[in-house]
Amino acid sequence: MVIQTPQPALEIHNLTVSYRDKPAIWNIDFTIPEGVLGGIIGPNGAGKSTVLKAAMGLVPVSSGHVRIFGNPLSEVRQRVSYVPQRESVDWDFPASAIDVVLMGRYGKRSLWSRLQRSDHDIAMDCLRKVQLQDFAHRQIAQLSGGQQQRVFIARALAQEADIYLMDEPFAGIDAATENAILELLSNMRNEGKTILVVHHDLQSAYEYFDWIVMLNTRLVASGPKDTVFNAQLLGEAYGAKLTMLSRMANLLKQREFPVQE
Amino acid sequence: MDAFWIILTGSLTAACCGILGCFLLLRRLSLLGDAVSHAVLPGIFIAYWLSGSRSSWAVVLGAGAFGMLCTLLIEFLTRKARLQSDAATGLVFTLLFAIGVILIAAFAGQIDLDQDCVLYGEIAYVPLDIWLTEGGTNLGPRAVWTGGVLLLGIAALVAAGYKGLFITTFDAEYAATLGISTAFWHYALMGAVSLTTVVSFESVGAVLVVAFLIAPAATAYLLTDNLKAMLCLSVLFGILAATGGYYLAVWLDGSIAGAMASAMGILFVLVLLWSWYAPVLRQKRWVADL
Repeated sequence: MVIQTPQPALEIHNLTVSYRDKPAIWNIDFTIPEGVLGGIIGPNGAGKSTVLKAAMGLVPVSSGHVRIFGNPLSEVRQRVSYVPQRESVDWDFPASAIDVVLMGRYGKRSLWSRLQRSDHDIAMDCLRKVQLQDFAHRQIAQLSGGQQQRVFIARALAQEADIYLMDEPFAGIDAATENAILELLSNMRNEGKTILVVHHDLQSAYEYFDWIVMLNTRLVASGPKDTVFNAQLLGEAYGAKLTMLSRMANLLKQREFPVQE
Repeated sequence: MDAFWIILTGSLTAACCGILGCFLLLRRLSLLGDAVSHAVLPGIFIAYWLSGSRSSWAVVLGAGAFGMLCTLLIEFLTRKARLQSDAATGLVFTLLFAIGVILIAAFAGQIDLDQDCVLYGEIAYVPLDIWLTEGGTNLGPRAVWTGGVLLLGIAALVAAGYKGLFITTFDAEYAATLGISTAFWHYALMGAVSLTTVVSFESVGAVLVVAFLIAPAATAYLLTDNLKAMLCLSVLFGILAATGGYYLAVWLDGSIAGAMASAMGILFVLVLLWSWYAPVLRQKRWVADL
């Protein structure tokens, strides 16, 4: 089941990406409306991260195209922001939290010139939004995993974009950080930003997102969570794994008959 | 005066290598610096053979071209032949270096370039190669001028392109999403490494330049968690090693280049021990382990 939207923030059109002749994603076609907090879910190796990387032009595309606010990426780069997986960089790098956040202010224009006072103010403000203002000058290796993740999110915020693509921002962090990040993303959504998050945890997906994209190399479903989050589509995405399915059925039952307290 | 020129030449080489070495180390490309520094050998020979002089721009261009060829070949083998990058590196630079050695051996009688000079350098001869103007004014050794110009060039590249080098070194993927060309910065860095190698090959030789590319940066990395401080410390350690190495060589009456590289190694060990036992740093490590 795929629900399309007329004026999408992000349009993925018939996209196929292959690594070494093996398709990572196959003929994916979906749209994400503006102003939603969306989640991409699916089993390991389903191609969730690949969709984001293809959207950001980081992997070569075999066929299909991506449009952001109706334009190719190169024309709307300053409106798009990407948060890579935390493990993708070396956190022993000699840099402080604020150094990393300031990278969000780099661009073709400012790469050769000095950053302005306003760039520093914006970066500091973004650190405040993720509650790391007291850690601005802390070396990044000395931050916890959750704090490092928040530094990455602050860097994306510093770009002041309209759409944010985040690769596993909830991976390997504690519950308190997870809640803080979720609250931040919800606030951004309420301000009209569009956010698309790759998420590994099925249990929390329904709770966190308004729009869900289900993936298993092919596209299984895309739409508002209430229309696509059901046992049949989940079974299609995750394969006929009985334990998983029965757990899902339980979850769904709880939703249909909420426990009265 | 000779001592001054020799130490100055060594220090200029060490400073160039020290700056570039920091970025190589952080990109986990230290051995690519090693590879490039060897692979320029056929380029040096061919340019030397064609132009007939060692201190000409032709040599710089020839070496630069082979340095770039080396990085391109490694990238080609990694991407297209799907070889591991370390295997590709080893394959390419040994081949190019071997070709250079064969060429030099074959034409040894015809040009003033020999294996010993290329492999080990001879910094002691630096004061003999004086740049005289047409009017006969003594402007000092040529090596000091080339080294000085190169250091200025590298300092200018790093100062103006600091943000580009910083972001593409830390997180190349993210830099690409901002529209920054990661290939441009990669090749700018590799081009600078190639040029540095040509200048260094006259003074410390193709083998020992690797010590200058890696050791000062590695020593600085132990001591700081700020990239700018790391660059400064790396240059400082390079100069210390060049100076200390010269006097070590005088004392031992041995190879100056060898003594400079050894001094660098000794400096690294001292700093390593100090970083293990100094209380301030121990506390830093303890915080980092939390």
